[in-house]
Amino acid sequence: MRYFKLFRGNNSEGEMKDYRIEVEKGMVVLDAILRIQAEQENDLAVRWNCKAGKCGSCSVEINGKPKLSCMTRMNEYDNDETISIRPLKTFPVMRDLVTDVSWNFIQNKKIAPFKPDPSQKDKNGNYRMTQEDVDRIQEFRKCIECYLCQNVCHVLRDHDKRNKFIGPRFLICLASLEMHPLDTTDRIPDIKNDFGTGMCNITKCCTDVCPEHIQLTDNGIIPLKERVVDRYYDPLKWIWRKLVGEKILRLFPS
Amino acid sequence: MSKSSFAETFRTDRWWLEPLLVLIGLSAFIIYSTWSAWQGQYYWWSGGSEGFGGYLSPFYSPPLFIKEGIPGTPPIWHAWFGPWPDWLYDFKYLPASPAWLILIFPLSFRFTCYYYRKAYYRAFTGAPPACAVGAIPRNNYKGETGLLVIQNLHRYTMYFAIVIIFILTYDAMLSFFNDGRFGVGVGSIVLLINPILLGAYTFGCHSFRHLVGGSINCFSCSKSSRVRYKGWRFVSFLNGKHQMFAWLSLFWVGFSDVYVRLVSMGFITDLNTWGV
Ligand code: SF4
Ligand code: SF4
Ligand code: FES
Ligand code: FES
Repeated sequence: MRYFKLFRGNNSEGEMKDYRIEVEKGMVVLDAILRIQAEQENDLAVRWNCKAGKCGSCSVEINGKPKLSCMTRMNEYDNDETISIRPLKTFPVMRDLVTDVSWNFIQNKKIAPFKPDPSQKDKNGNYRMTQEDVDRIQEFRKCIECYLCQNVCHVLRDHDKRNKFIGPRFLICLASLEMHPLDTTDRIPDIKNDFGTGMCNITKCCTDVCPEHIQLTDNGIIPLKERVVDRYYDPLKWIWRKLVGEKILRLFPS
Repeated sequence: MSKSSFAETFRTDRWWLEPLLVLIGLSAFIIYSTWSAWQGQYYWWSGGSEGFGGYLSPFYSPPLFIKEGIPGTPPIWHAWFGPWPDWLYDFKYLPASPAWLILIFPLSFRFTCYYYRKAYYRAFTGAPPACAVGAIPRNNYKGETGLLVIQNLHRYTMYFAIVIIFILTYDAMLSFFNDGRFGVGVGSIVLLINPILLGAYTFGCHSFRHLVGGSINCFSCSKSSRVRYKGWRFVSFLNGKHQMFAWLSLFWVGFSDVYVRLVSMGFITDLNTWGV
């Protein structure tokens, strides 16, 4: 017998309810939740889909830690430990363990899409990239949009700066576009002003919770911050641009 | 969404351990290094010889000016600009210590380092203390857009830090000599490891990574970008271990000072081939 506490309720009210169920070897937390749903609480709302850590729908907070419930094995916890499961804190609860993460979809739409330069096509009409250029941005494409990083980031979670900060998931999306060798759009002004790289204080919780082990902070956000420094804060670069002139510099992209 | 108060969490693990260790580690270093810089003496040992060679504490390197006649200070030829000038501080409570003149460089470098920022934002300012643990509530959280916008100048502190690595490498070389004679002592090894660890830390810097190759979008597009790609790969390797080297190098700089100080004060005897 294992002990569980599950949040039951909605955005305005709710409580933690106790459950006891039998678990078998090899079960993950999502299995336990689904067993509680099947055997004791048929109207329990829980979102899941692939049970393989690839769809990103089963994000919850297990004993206070943001995690994918389908990738969290029961044997991570002691036998006599009560496992408490709550919905993501940063987003409004729709019901029980299901949160409304649609704010994230709105953020995604704010990002200027990939725009390659057609003159870069080869003679067969294809865009080509070499492996080393693919490698760097490939890491960000592993994202499964579980929004655990958006949920844990204190800028959104504790300070509620949604109007000033797009969140780590979308900063790495921006990084993958900005670092793309074929892309031609300049997003640096938006990254600084609207998407708020300056709001991130690089405390790395997004990296800590990412189930895909994406190095969001080190490989995505900090490189973006450095690019923003190039444009807005580096005094020598600023003088250099004034001396040489923006137009001439644009002829020689790095 | 309900706002949480400081340290509010449902986490059941020992989330407070890491920020606590950081708090203790950094505080210990700050207290010791301040005390050491205050001393202005016993930062050099050469067994009494005035010739080429000796151990210099990294906290005091480079010594821009040296006040003569103080125990445990290098011979005057070692000072970059000569003897301690009259117009500089030299009081009972602020002795003529050349450490103060240069400490700002490593200090500002580590203060603005992306790793240390993470560490002290968590441990000292609770923003947040740990993941999914309530941050200290602030009415208008600004991140690094308010006063902390100064952190954006990290790359300039890095330029100086690179110069200092070369200086400390020279000091390491110096430590293999005593009165012009080549040899090895425990202190030589200590002072040799120092610039190696500092190099591993400094050349793994995020700003350095950006400078070397991170700023380019196409690694394969030109000869120079292919060379920079190779450099970027190497810096990225060190960058992945940046936290580890940040702590190792911090510890070792402090330890090097302790070692030189204790030998210079005569508390311990340096084992060496010179027999001094
Ligand atoms: S590193 Fe930045 S984006 Fe990631 S969780 Fe921390 S503050 Fe948020
Ligand atoms: S970056 Fe990682 S944590 Fe964030 S949404 Fe993508 S997979 Fe989830
Ligand atoms: S159910 Fe798809 S990631 Fe967990
Ligand atoms: S990021 Fe740590 S030294 Fe630059």
